[in-house]
Amino acid sequence: MESQPIIVSASPHVHSDRTSKRLMYDVVIALIPAFLVSVYVFGIPALITTTTAVVSCLLFEYLIQKYLMKTETTLGDGSALITGILLAFNLPAGLPVWMVIAGSLVAIGIAKWSFGGLGFNVFNPALVGRVFLLISFPVQMTLWPMAAEGVGPNVDAVAGATTLGILKEGLQFGETMSTLAPRIPSGMDMLLGFTSGSLGEMSALALLAGGGYLLARRVISWHIPVVVLATMALMTGIFWAVDPEHYANPLIHLLSGGAILGAFYMATDLVTSPVTRKGMVVFAIGIGVLTVVIRLFGSYPEGISFAILIMNAFVPLINRYFKPRRFGSRIKAKIV
Amino acid sequence: MLKTFPKGGIHPPENKLTSGQPIRRMGIPKTVYVPIAQHIGIPAEIIVERKDKVTIGQVIARSGGYVSSNIHAPVAGTVTKLDMIVDTSGYKKQCIVIRTDEKDPANAEVPEWPLKSEITLSPEEILQRISDYGIVGLGGATFPAHVKLHIKKDQHLDCLIVNGVECEPYLTADHRLMLEKTDEILVGIRILMHALGVGRAIIGIENNKRDAIERFRERCPKGSGIQIAALQVKYPQGGEKQLVRALLGREVPKNGLPLDVGVVVHNVGTIFAIYQAVQHNRPLMERVVTVTGKHLQAPSNFWARIGTPIADLLEAVGGVPEATRKIVSGGPMMGKALKSTDVPVTKGTSGILVIGEEEASRGEPRNCIRCGECVSVCPMGLEPHLLMNLTEKGMYSHASNEDILTCIECGSCSYVCPSHRPLLDYIRFGKSVVKGLTPKTA
Repeated sequence: MESQPIIVSASPHVHSDRTSKRLMYDVVIALIPAFLVSVYVFGIPALITTTTAVVSCLLFEYLIQKYLMKTETTLGDGSALITGILLAFNLPAGLPVWMVIAGSLVAIGIAKWSFGGLGFNVFNPALVGRVFLLISFPVQMTLWPMAAEGVGPNVDAVAGATTLGILKEGLQFGETMSTLAPRIPSGMDMLLGFTSGSLGEMSALALLAGGGYLLARRVISWHIPVVVLATMALMTGIFWAVDPEHYANPLIHLLSGGAILGAFYMATDLVTSPVTRKGMVVFAIGIGVLTVVIRLFGSYPEGISFAILIMNAFVPLINRYFKPRRFGSRIKAKIV
Repeated sequence: MLKTFPKGGIHPPENKLTSGQPIRRMGIPKTVYVPIAQHIGIPAEIIVERKDKVTIGQVIARSGGYVSSNIHAPVAGTVTKLDMIVDTSGYKKQCIVIRTDEKDPANAEVPEWPLKSEITLSPEEILQRISDYGIVGLGGATFPAHVKLHIKKDQHLDCLIVNGVECEPYLTADHRLMLEKTDEILVGIRILMHALGVGRAIIGIENNKRDAIERFRERCPKGSGIQIAALQVKYPQGGEKQLVRALLGREVPKNGLPLDVGVVVHNVGTIFAIYQAVQHNRPLMERVVTVTGKHLQAPSNFWARIGTPIADLLEAVGGVPEATRKIVSGGPMMGKALKSTDVPVTKGTSGILVIGEEEASRGEPRNCIRCGECVSVCPMGLEPHLLMNLTEKGMYSHASNEDILTCIECGSCSYVCPSHRPLLDYIRFGKSVVKGLTPKTA
């Protein structure tokens, strides 16, 4: 037996079969249903935007690692792929290609690599890319495309404005919920995705299916998505209960805009969310509250991207303050 | 709902290949290698010389202090050498080499006797016996048993916990012992209850050993104060602090001992050794060793004399297979990898695990993605990713403030890390620096 090389290393000698690569590809799998819906609704433009974002994110990741950082390239880890998909999901389908590329550069170059790459970034890269584009090109970023010919029974009626956009505009100029009602898509349409909005936020149902997959695979825990949505429901519910003519009901809020996409896929980004369950809950409440405040009182119709980025900045503090309780740190031992 | 500890823990594949294999008796080896440091604490002092004839059970190295233990000749024979040999720690240690006298009838005697359930010794005599007969914790920690049983006047004790958890994957030594020596263990528990003056004992067994739980329930005399508790299967439940928490809901304070919450914990193997010492005048000279691994021809459980070369045990299960890449003394979670099989069985050797390529090599470490998995599985409520980071950066005082010393080195963090980060390796290093054992510049 001396001829065989024997490995001597410290314990443990076994490892679970979960790898970070596997976690990343699970996220990709979870995003497929929503992607299929958007291709169905928007057609070729959705395909072009997504492909551009993915290819340019991967390309920038490769170039930065190889020529700027001069390290081993880790394209296969799946993280740049996810950033690309999520960036595309947060853009209107058919956004000019060069803008998508610029957004990718900001996401990968600034949000990710200027902090040191995977695991070191403070802010969600895809959201930084999106917010950069939203602020730089507000017109193009709110130009919601028409659905492809002949698909989506209800799309024509609402093309050009998102549900949240209609609400913001209408309520600002003195309309009430009753006068706006005919222009707001039905709950079923929002669930299935026959509305208007960013590429990936269309179908609540497809996003929830993917979210369920992530929960089942234990890639994410329920804390962040459930608490974000519950906080939003509670807050919008209170306003709606007090004044239903000037505030939309919680269901509209949860099913419209980026609420579900944000709660399940953006806020749960492992790198930029807290590590403890307690921390996750605090983080998620913050996102829920900020999102509703921006939606109801801010100048943007939708605020979940901003809310997540703001809370991202608090994560190091949350991690420091909400630590797990150390075993044996109770002051007095209890003797039964 | 079965009891368990609330915070952290993992469930690695159990791989208990040998749970159905009765414990076989290894023959007496031709030569035994008996290290003098088989326990935690001060090594024993050698009191024999080269060429001395020793009888079986004779003290050959005497306890070197309070936290130390006697060592007895596991065979009758002649001392051929006092030598430095590599033991399971990987370091060379003082060792007494004895060549077995094959003609001596004492070597042929099988140490199996009819059950003796009547307890005749006084508590003081029992404690003296445990100390004299070299009993140490056989669960793996090898802490001298008499030290744990020494209760000071101002200490309150109300429960003895018997550790039959055996949460390490692969190992079945305790499981088999519980099945085959049920009555002896029950007598051993009564001996300890008598010695400690407690009226209550709980045997904690994980629910993957239903047969052992049933057997104890059948045999346990009514009104003895002994309870049998089935526990949910979760690693590291065999850790003392986790077990006390699971069974009684009491939390051993940071840097404290179970005695601080009125509990003494002993492993079932230790209890059996105590039974043999007290009832049959038998010093600790052999133990149950599980020899296992997916590539072995016939994984088995053995009664092996202390000092038996591990190579002999591996020979008895059909030899070391081609595919072997790692040989571990102990279980896969906390065991030590060996660099050779010329290492003897000691009091702490609960198993020999042979691992092939598929499990032996570690994945390439990647960046931490802050998934928090290590935090959620840590049974001590620590943040392994943070401790690794602090150690890596040489921030030892910070690591100390983050309670690095309370880490029990169960390895759950390294086990789950999806980025294959060597969390426990760094934490161990950080601990040794904080304790002052390793210089900071290393």
